[in-house]
Amino acid sequence: MASTKPPAPPKPPSADDAGFKRELVTLIPHLRAFARTLTGDPTAADDLAQDAMMKAWDARASYQMGTNMKAWTFMILRNQFYSEKRRSWRQSQLDQEAAERTLVAVDDPEAPVALDELRMALNTLPEEQREALILVGAGGFAYEEAAAICQCAVGTVKSRVSRARRALLATLERGGYERDGRAAGDAMRSILADADRLSGAVRQG
Amino acid sequence: MIDDSDSAGRKPTSATGQAGLEEARLRQQAIGVKLRHLFDEVVNEPVPEEFLAILRGADDRKIGE
Repeated sequence: MASTKPPAPPKPPSADDAGFKRELVTLIPHLRAFARTLTGDPTAADDLAQDAMMKAWDARASYQMGTNMKAWTFMILRNQFYSEKRRSWRQSQLDQEAAERTLVAVDDPEAPVALDELRMALNTLPEEQREALILVGAGGFAYEEAAAICQCAVGTVKSRVSRARRALLATLERGGYERDGRAAGDAMRSILADADRLSGAVRQG
Repeated sequence: MIDDSDSAGRKPTSATGQAGLEEARLRQQAIGVKLRHLFDEVVNEPVPEEFLAILRGADDRKIGE
């Protein structure tokens, strides 16, 4: 039955809206980073992050201030990503081309070798393992929060992260992908050296 | 924080086994550091103005609704 309730009159932005927006703005860099790990392409990632940001804004009435907005917006972004992906599942040829572009895009000769190797190794992981590892290992989420974002059980996230870590290590050590025609045999050595340098910089900072 | 239990939680059966587990733990730690660095690289990029413009537009859209 159609509602007889008249539409709400336009109203100026409220204090709640302003607070919501302030918090949302601080999350934009994180949304961009998560989107980049899902799409692998900076332009597509920014489109996805913008869509997610607007969906979060439109759904702000359902958000409870004071709860974890980062996890909430990440869940929106992730849902948006998979929903768009499902819509375009028939375009498998285009997906293949996008995957090839992604590898080309990250193969920046100026990029530090260890990061480049890690990006490529991440691309070899199944999507669900990659996102679980990124959320917990890089995004700073607890397993419980990652489970809420991925809408699965905590045990599933733990298992995905564990499998992702083992697969990543094996890929980096053995070189499970090719780069410029040669196997990435030195990837782990380069990552260890670079991690040492970064940890040292953090300690000194 | 990643749970390291599957690399550090098992009881080593020998000194060699213990060294191997320690090596695996160090490698996983190194990957963790790089992973965070990879993510933070994007987090630390300046936010494109487009994002803020879209949010400003959302205000206008609301008032004009």
